[in-house]
Amino acid sequence: MINADVAMTSEADTTINVEKIRTDFPILKLNVGDKPLIYLDNAASCQMPQQVIDRLVHYQTTQHANINRAVHYLSEVATMEYEKARHRVQQFVNAREDREIIFTSGTTDSINLVMQGYGRKFIKAGDEIILTTLEHHSNIVPWQMLAEEKGAVIRVVPINDAGELDIEAYEKLFNDRTKFVGLIHVSNALGTINPVKSMIAFAHQHGVPVLIDGAQAAPHMAVDVQDLDCDFYVFSAHKLCGPTGIGMLYGKSSLLESMEPFKGGGDMIASVTFEKTTYAAIPHKFEAGTPPIAAAIGFGAAIDYLCSVGMEQIAAYELELLHYATESIQGIKGARIIGTAAHKTAVLSFVLDGIHPHDIGTILNEDGIAVRTGHHCAQPVMERFKVPATSRASFAFYNTKSEVDALMAGIRNVQKIFL
Amino acid sequence: MNTKSLYQEVILDHNRKPRNYGKLEHPSHHAVGHNPLCGDRLDIALQIENNQIDQIAFHGESCAICKASASMMTAAVKGKSPTDAEILINEFREMATGKLDLNNPNHLGRLTVFSGIRDLPTRVKCAILPWHTLHAALNAVSSVSTESDNDPMHAAPGSG
Repeated sequence: MINADVAMTSEADTTINVEKIRTDFPILKLNVGDKPLIYLDNAASCQMPQQVIDRLVHYQTTQHANINRAVHYLSEVATMEYEKARHRVQQFVNAREDREIIFTSGTTDSINLVMQGYGRKFIKAGDEIILTTLEHHSNIVPWQMLAEEKGAVIRVVPINDAGELDIEAYEKLFNDRTKFVGLIHVSNALGTINPVKSMIAFAHQHGVPVLIDGAQAAPHMAVDVQDLDCDFYVFSAHKLCGPTGIGMLYGKSSLLESMEPFKGGGDMIASVTFEKTTYAAIPHKFEAGTPPIAAAIGFGAAIDYLCSVGMEQIAAYELELLHYATESIQGIKGARIIGTAAHKTAVLSFVLDGIHPHDIGTILNEDGIAVRTGHHCAQPVMERFKVPATSRASFAFYNTKSEVDALMAGIRNVQKIFL
Repeated sequence: MNTKSLYQEVILDHNRKPRNYGKLEHPSHHAVGHNPLCGDRLDIALQIENNQIDQIAFHGESCAICKASASMMTAAVKGKSPTDAEILINEFREMATGKLDLNNPNHLGRLTVFSGIRDLPTRVKCAILPWHTLHAALNAVSSVSTESDNDPMHAAPGSG
């Protein structure tokens, strides 16, 4: 499923052949009305290349059956392909073993699994959970539910005016009651890349496990869970060219083994009687019921595709796009970037004087430009910057500088309409 | 449809120079409308005497569609009875959600500039919020949210 030409290009130099890459994505040929689609909402969901679409079709047309059950041919093929996909995820994040990778329905599901399986077992009344202002709601709400149930306390790391975490404040939050840290790797609303490795090391000095929400990091940079030494790492496939409805949870095997299963059902048991059920070993303990098999296999194919382009090449190219977009918007009077961290992924969150983001989004849409407008499921971030919402252009490796130019022209057009 | 036609001069004008913008000293009716999805917040106050809306004022933070809708709404219901205002509320809601046949007689007049909103489901709530809030004020409900269980507009659920 690897695009050989792309792989060769990426090995030959550090840049990527974006025109060649764009031909892999059929949806990029779409028109919105009479304008070509300019898709700048990649932080919400990334588009799927033909290679992944083909893999899904191949599975569905020649390999599908339920997994882990029957002895017949198709069941064995499907089981093998599903486990191969797990292996691809394991390699992608450099986990020690395949069994440290749990397939979930996505980032939110992964975080809820850790909250239910780890949090409900190990976090008690009076214990403290550290989160940050940058968290997506999916890494806030589950912990609030747990805190309410257990009588635990949420402590929040503040951010500065650039949208960077206050590390000194983070370190001061630790005390004997600190039992868990939930930390976003890259802010979805602002693009801030957090110094998670040193933050994890600090938490570990206090014996506190750390969950990293990598939903916005995994699509844009190489992730090595052993190097980070995180205890849990989570992300979704659809933000890295894969299908929706599938994601992953990485957990250190000792932690996963100590946790209670989140869902009960078939496939997660060793034996069942009405007196006593024994659970299966990890990862199956956490994968009750028939999983989205095709989606998991598509997840593996998406990883193959990204690796064929090259994660380092993707990161370098997207940084170039970010610099270009940042410089361009700085030339527009009345535009202000929200989130100016020194280390960012290619996310441009902005506001225009006197114009509501929803009006901006609707008018840009008329030019075929897809941006996200709203609070980006990060209301604490909006509150910190005292804006109700922002417009967010989020770039992928298939976007081009001419698309950045089109966005800037679109923004000027919005300003002209509201003059 | 061409969405730019939604941002017609009449809407842009009401956004720039909203009518009846401000507060009333001692309103007889009052409500706050809130759309948590976009942070829009609208405060509507009325003075009703002898079954007639004598005064109406609004203020708050919102997008252009919401502000223009509020401005045109206040101009439309001023001097009307609460019953006639409710008829307009109903017709506007039906129009915004695409259920009103504009070929049939209605009382909307210039408010039909908002008819194109039915093709932009994500923006319907922006246009409806002022009407939603007026309905609450007339029925002595002090605050409404487009996302609460008792959302009288029954708009589509929102994002996270």
